[in-house]
Amino acid sequence: MGELKLMKGNEALAEAAIRAGADAYFGYPITPQSEVLEYLANHAEKRTGMVILQAESEIAAINMIYGAGGTGKKVMTSSSSPGISLMQEGLSYIACSEIPCLLANVVRGGPGLGTIQPGQSDYLQATKGGGHGDYKLIVLAPASIQEMVDFVKLGFDLAFKYRNPVMILTDGVLGQMMEKVELFDQIPRSKEIPRWATVGKPPTRERNIMTSLNLQPEPMEKHNEHLQAKYREIEKNEVRVETIDCDGADYIFTAFGLTARICTKAAQLAKAKGIKVGLIRPITVYPFPYEAYAKYATKVKGFFDVEMNAGQMLEDVKLGVLGKAPVEFYGRMGGMIPTPEEVFKAFEEKFLGGKA
Amino acid sequence: MSDTMQVAENLVYKKPKTLLDVAMHYCPGCGHSTTHKILCEVIDELNIQSEVVGVAPVGCSVIAYNYLDIDMQEAPHGRASAVATGIKRVLPEKLVFSYQGDGDLAAIGTGETLHTCNRGENILIIFINNGIYGMTGGQMAPTTLENMKSTTTPFGRDVKKMGYPIKMTELVAHLPGTYYVTRQSVHTPANVRKTKAAIKKGFEYQRLNKGTCFIEVVSNCPSNWKMTPIDSNKWLVENMLPFYPLGDIKVPSKEEN
Repeated sequence: MGELKLMKGNEALAEAAIRAGADAYFGYPITPQSEVLEYLANHAEKRTGMVILQAESEIAAINMIYGAGGTGKKVMTSSSSPGISLMQEGLSYIACSEIPCLLANVVRGGPGLGTIQPGQSDYLQATKGGGHGDYKLIVLAPASIQEMVDFVKLGFDLAFKYRNPVMILTDGVLGQMMEKVELFDQIPRSKEIPRWATVGKPPTRERNIMTSLNLQPEPMEKHNEHLQAKYREIEKNEVRVETIDCDGADYIFTAFGLTARICTKAAQLAKAKGIKVGLIRPITVYPFPYEAYAKYATKVKGFFDVEMNAGQMLEDVKLGVLGKAPVEFYGRMGGMIPTPEEVFKAFEEKFLGGKA
Repeated sequence: MSDTMQVAENLVYKKPKTLLDVAMHYCPGCGHSTTHKILCEVIDELNIQSEVVGVAPVGCSVIAYNYLDIDMQEAPHGRASAVATGIKRVLPEKLVFSYQGDGDLAAIGTGETLHTCNRGENILIIFINNGIYGMTGGQMAPTTLENMKSTTTPFGRDVKKMGYPIKMTELVAHLPGTYYVTRQSVHTPANVRKTKAAIKKGFEYQRLNKGTCFIEVVSNCPSNWKMTPIDSNKWLVENMLPFYPLGDIKVPSKEEN
């Protein structure tokens, strides 16, 4: 068993980065995730020699990630919604150049400067590309501090397996709250140099180039096809989903991240009243577990999607259900967190005519 | 190809090894090709091909990596020095340079340029200043001279409306993070030699880990200045150099070396 600790989400994420053998972190302060940079500044270099640099902006940070990631190193950044918006151009370049890297979005309510309170309103930005052009991030949505830790390791593995940026899509509550976590043992920093890395060209190989540019449309389309084939491969191999009590359920609640925790409580309230409720929690929100919904679409009376936004994952849920069952939605916005009681009440109103 | 080529007995000049034998897209007479060539000569002479990682910008030199036989990365517009920072921080023993134009370095990338220099990143920044946006077809650059015409200043740059031409090189020389700052040009053979010497110093100083080396190359843009190469060089001497005077702006003190 690994070391047990009571840790704040952002600090656990940072600790996991050190233990995962990350080579570098480039970031810029923004609430509610500044503890990641603070924790790393305090602990990382002396423990593993990991490079920690506070950049002058999120734009600079993501481009430092591009540069350092292009050398084949394990690199990471984190930010919160407005900062992640600033990184979108860089992410598009990184995805196109196929540079592995890990980033965490500790989401706060938007739009605009919004609030420093938690949100899930960056779902579409995270899962549908976010920047310009056809590309995808692999997006992991933790629902506990334990998953914040585990997904750092998983995230780096997936990033290198597919040469693709991976995002941990979390939120201000998971970033700030404390929970017991089991930490994995220190993984040594890798000395391996990937064959594609730009580390200086020895006479024995062709030069390595990191670029997203192709002025000729024919090879650019070919590269797009290559990327799309990779995304299909990711969709085939990497879907992760948790389903609870869905077999025999009359209704299925669905939510990702923090709201899934809230829905677990709301489902208990339903069960106490004799209503058979299951839960589908997408763990990867890209690739999305459409099949989990399709599987139950003809068996349940309805799906109830709960999010801290105006209904973003809802579009994917509906694509999974494909009109075979009613899908209702309840959301809070602008940094508000729904309580289990209000989720249950909304469920009653939408599906049970107001009374269980 | 070299198998069939006759090698002259009295060969006094040849293409640098690091410069790939491909046609360049640069316009005839443009300073970019000359600067690429001397950069490659320096890499050959210092025998550092396997240690160098370069960063190309967005602008005319966006595909510089097609011409240089070294590992390179192509950065988003303006971010070359941030990309170079990322590379250098994880590969401190390697020699890293960025190669950027005036739009890239002095407009959209001003923030990254200043902060890279202010942190004293141990990289070499080569800054090509021709006072205009070449790649996009001759628009005003931050370095466009007062009253100079461009497609977006068709009546000449009115500094009251468009701001003043910016002297990035003087600006970064003020920062304690820079170690060697110089302004050179490639419009005559003598100037080419000086620029080459500066680039060589830029790489040599990088090994000392004492801060950023910043070399501006005042250059021309025959196509967008709408001149012949010869006329553009004349125009450069008469107009660019009075405002962007050549020479070292910051050099390491003697005791340091």
